[in-house]
Amino acid sequence: MAVKFDLNEREVWDGNYAASQALRQADVDVVIAYPITPSTPIVENYGSYVANGYINGEFVMVESEHAAMSGCVGASAAGGRVSTATSSQGFALMAEVLYQASGMRLPIVLNVVNRALASPLNVRGDHADMYLGRDSGWLQMGAFNAQEAYDLALCAFKIAENASVRLPMMVHQDGFITSHTAQNVYPLTDETAINFVGKIQPIDDMLDFSRPITYGAQTEEDWHFEHKAKQHKAIMDSMPVIDSVFAEFKEITGREYNRVEKYDMEDADVVIVGLGSTVETARVAAKNMRETKGIKAGVVAIRCFRPFPYEEVREALKNAKAIAVTDRSSPGGAMGAFFNEVSAAMYTSINRPIVTNFIYGLGGRDFSIEEGERIFAEQQVHADAGYITTEIQQFSGLRGPKLAFFKTERS
Amino acid sequence: MSVEAQDLKLLANDNRGQSGLENGSGLVGWEEVTQGSVLQSFDGNATGIALKKQEERAYSGYNSYTATVASWRIIKPVYNRDVCIDCQNCWVWCPDTSIISRDKQMLGIDYDHCKGCGVCVEVCPTNPKSLLMYGENTPMEDALSAWPEKKKKEK
Repeated sequence: MAVKFDLNEREVWDGNYAASQALRQADVDVVIAYPITPSTPIVENYGSYVANGYINGEFVMVESEHAAMSGCVGASAAGGRVSTATSSQGFALMAEVLYQASGMRLPIVLNVVNRALASPLNVRGDHADMYLGRDSGWLQMGAFNAQEAYDLALCAFKIAENASVRLPMMVHQDGFITSHTAQNVYPLTDETAINFVGKIQPIDDMLDFSRPITYGAQTEEDWHFEHKAKQHKAIMDSMPVIDSVFAEFKEITGREYNRVEKYDMEDADVVIVGLGSTVETARVAAKNMRETKGIKAGVVAIRCFRPFPYEEVREALKNAKAIAVTDRSSPGGAMGAFFNEVSAAMYTSINRPIVTNFIYGLGGRDFSIEEGERIFAEQQVHADAGYITTEIQQFSGLRGPKLAFFKTERS
Repeated sequence: MSVEAQDLKLLANDNRGQSGLENGSGLVGWEEVTQGSVLQSFDGNATGIALKKQEERAYSGYNSYTATVASWRIIKPVYNRDVCIDCQNCWVWCPDTSIISRDKQMLGIDYDHCKGCGVCVEVCPTNPKSLLMYGENTPMEDALSAWPEKKKKEK
């Protein structure tokens, strides 16, 4: 029997501590980890909970992130509830095994504390690692503060392990800004939390000796396509399950989550679309624009990066006139991935609003309220003109001459 | 010893592991493949399967045991019962569990799964050897009728 962990109704936790408490309360069986800044405290704390008897679990230290995720694959295939955490280069080293895990349909929960990818070396946060995982077949959700990192980690187990989903899931939070900033967090009691998450119901568990099985069999051209199609269908079909888990979570906590979050969107003409800790900054900027400039500004935040909520994005933005989509990852010779997805959603809308792309905040560069206001003002210029008056892609918060690419074709 | 007894075809067929994946009009579609490409090794309840002999196990159509790799082989080991001392060395060393032995008596080669590596010949301690490599198409009778004589120790 595990030692009781005393919790207050309101705790002061940073995002890492909040996520590690979720792992404890979800009664995670196995955490296999190789530590990397800024995600280290998540697995470090889980290890201390095991060592101090707060949880009956296994903490396994390995020699690399590749080994960490490989171990998670094994433990999950065995039938356990499994989680770990990583960032940046560690995430990159896991990349191969991420595809193994999703292809084998193993409901591992990976806490990703977003950090820029070297080179140049940088421990601070941008979304390069998150973008690296976007085609890996994992579900991906973003937490914008410590409370959400806690809440979504609990929801993640319930979504990932759902019998009709059975897919691994990442819960993202911004390195340092979220992971190391102590905030008020309202935890569930241990009993409420485990009742909400429930016990894992193993499917195809390898510890069932009456039914020996092979995971991830070799397929070649005969079967590979069918298996990946089935996996993609499962990812798309996870959307209603995510919604129902969020609804159940709201019932017990009062805290509401949506795959697409909307702020001041009732009558917004100009919109910033973003995710991560930037969302809260953009919300303040939107309020300021409304109060000081009379500009109807709003914010749309993508809570669920995969599966990408095309219909909900289109619905949220259907009355918008000009939309700035913000990508916090170096786009490497293209538009930001996020811009491409929002554009795909809006191109098929009746309204077809103006959509532009801002690359911002790379390597942890601050995204200021003033910059948010400037972007809103610029969107209003586009909206009034009826066309994109600048380049479609611009770099925001960059020193040196303005860097921008690609203009609208106009006769 | 008869040639047939040496070719212990147990369960193999050249189906590339596809048996059971057909639905009458061809191979099944994406909606029918298993989740996570998980494949069951045995039909039915496999409790205690480790204690059963291969020929007693209900291998599923997905099990690699039911597929043959005989076509990979260009040379094959031929077994001579008359010289063998049942030491089990070849059984221990064979990397593909293709030496069939029952109650510590060597029966022959599983030619469906043997890849012709020759390890069994290398580790055979008898004089002459009880296993020798021949070309894949050499008839068993020819190999057995021309088996080498015992070598005398050189002084």
